Amino acid sequence: MAVEYKTEFGSLADYRKGSLEIINDDPKRYAFSNIFEVASKSKPYEKVAVGKNMEYVLEAIRAEGTSEWRTCAHDEFALVMDGTVEFRFVKLDKPAVPADKAGSVRIEGEPQGQRMGRVVAGRGHMTLLPANSAYQLHADAPAAVLLQTIKGDDTIERWSEICLTRGD
Amino acid sequence: MASTTESVSVRASGPNQFGYNDYDLGAFHFARDEYFAHVSWPGGHHLLSVDGFLRALQRDVAWEFFYGIVNFDGVLGTVNHYGTVNLFAGLYNDAYRKAEVAYDERFDTPQIRETFKAMLDDWTSEDFDPFASPAETGKPFGVKRGSNTKAVTRHRVTAGRMVGVPGDEPLRTDATHPINRMFADVTQEEPLVEAMPGFENEVSSFNLYAYLSRSDVTWNPSVVSVCKNSLYCPTTEEYILPVIHGNDRVEWFVQLSDEIRWVVEDRDTGAARAKAVMRAGDVAAMPGDIRHQGYSPKRSMLLVWENASPELPGLIARGLAPNVPIQF
Repeated sequence: MAVEYKTEFGSLADYRKGSLEIINDDPKRYAFSNIFEVASKSKPYEKVAVGKNMEYVLEAIRAEGTSEWRTCAHDEFALVMDGTVEFRFVKLDKPAVPADKAGSVRIEGEPQGQRMGRVVAGRGHMTLLPANSAYQLHADAPAAVLLQTIKGDDTIERWSEICLTRGD
Repeated sequence: MASTTESVSVRASGPNQFGYNDYDLGAFHFARDEYFAHVSWPGGHHLLSVDGFLRALQRDVAWEFFYGIVNFDGVLGTVNHYGTVNLFAGLYNDAYRKAEVAYDERFDTPQIRETFKAMLDDWTSEDFDPFASPAETGKPFGVKRGSNTKAVTRHRVTAGRMVGVPGDEPLRTDATHPINRMFADVTQEEPLVEAMPGFENEVSSFNLYAYLSRSDVTWNPSVVSVCKNSLYCPTTEEYILPVIHGNDRVEWFVQLSDEIRWVVEDRDTGAARAKAVMRAGDVAAMPGDIRHQGYSPKRSMLLVWENASPELPGLIARGLAPNVPIQF
């Protein structure tokens, strides 16, 4: 018998959050959340941590409209998990942040430098946000992005609001 | 019989009546028959189905003993000390420990790695692929029938920056990686990339889901992007994780597609701690003091997120870093 498999990716509009069954542990230790749920409740371009391992974070971002320009001293990586997002890049004439600065920072006004190009990414597409470039995101409709980066000044931690605090 | 690989002597003897060599590593002795791997050590003996044993052995070798503990089952496993490796029997089994019958030996990594590699190659017949899902490979049982060296020595993807960046790990194509039967519905469309001249190495994007849909292995995290010590290690999962992974640091899972069920136990005793059902979009941490095993009814995409800092296990062991990711 031939089976037709359906791959479930979830979306802002349609996701099924999983669950924890606690036998002998504290559910908070698992920091269990859902990216679509977090992004669906966030303001556009809030950088909400959904994962943290020492200084490193995963940020869930609701992309909607046009973001501010940002830059970072290290590479970051953006995975579009729902919707379509345009990434615009400018090579800054000179780095806007010290080399040891963790996480991205906002650039006031328009970035000064050469246009590097752009990427239009859909669900499942991973995009490099190269170190010391300026980048801006744009989404015509709400989209969800997971960002691999380091905790910065604008990282928001609201664990008690997003994580499961008890088992089923 | 002793063979020398990478200046390491592998102690093998045989073949036995089934065509397989025996292997000795310190005081541990390994032998296989048509159905089972037999492992013995001073004062003890253990029997594992050769199916599960070869699948676990494959991961242990391919992952260079991974982060922390790789339990083959509730008795046998390895602990990575990053330069040396402990091979143990019963060390993380409450009953063995209380009875004081646990046994372990520490080896330089090349010594155990080359012995395991030789054993894996010798014990894997031509129609069995330990990395494949059970539905996509032949049987591991019976007398020796050739070998499958190509399958057991696969290249493990370890991107330096990101897959698809010029000069880094390449994308997968029909020629090398056909789309898996369970991901036939995954769109293969690549992102629109418009790089100005001179910026082709920096303006870069690729379809991670299409890339994963073409993976020919299961339960094999591979590095696709690198932010200093933060590593994205996605993998495709089907059936059961062939090892029970004991953490020596916090590890995170992001479920990209479908569903995996995790059984979580105390790392040192095996006592039940929790069960998790993770669906697309879910994110969860595995604390640094547990062990876990996953079950994936349909082939799914899992993003394993690791902090590869070499200082972490020592910091946690000395109480200088927490074994939970956050406290709230």
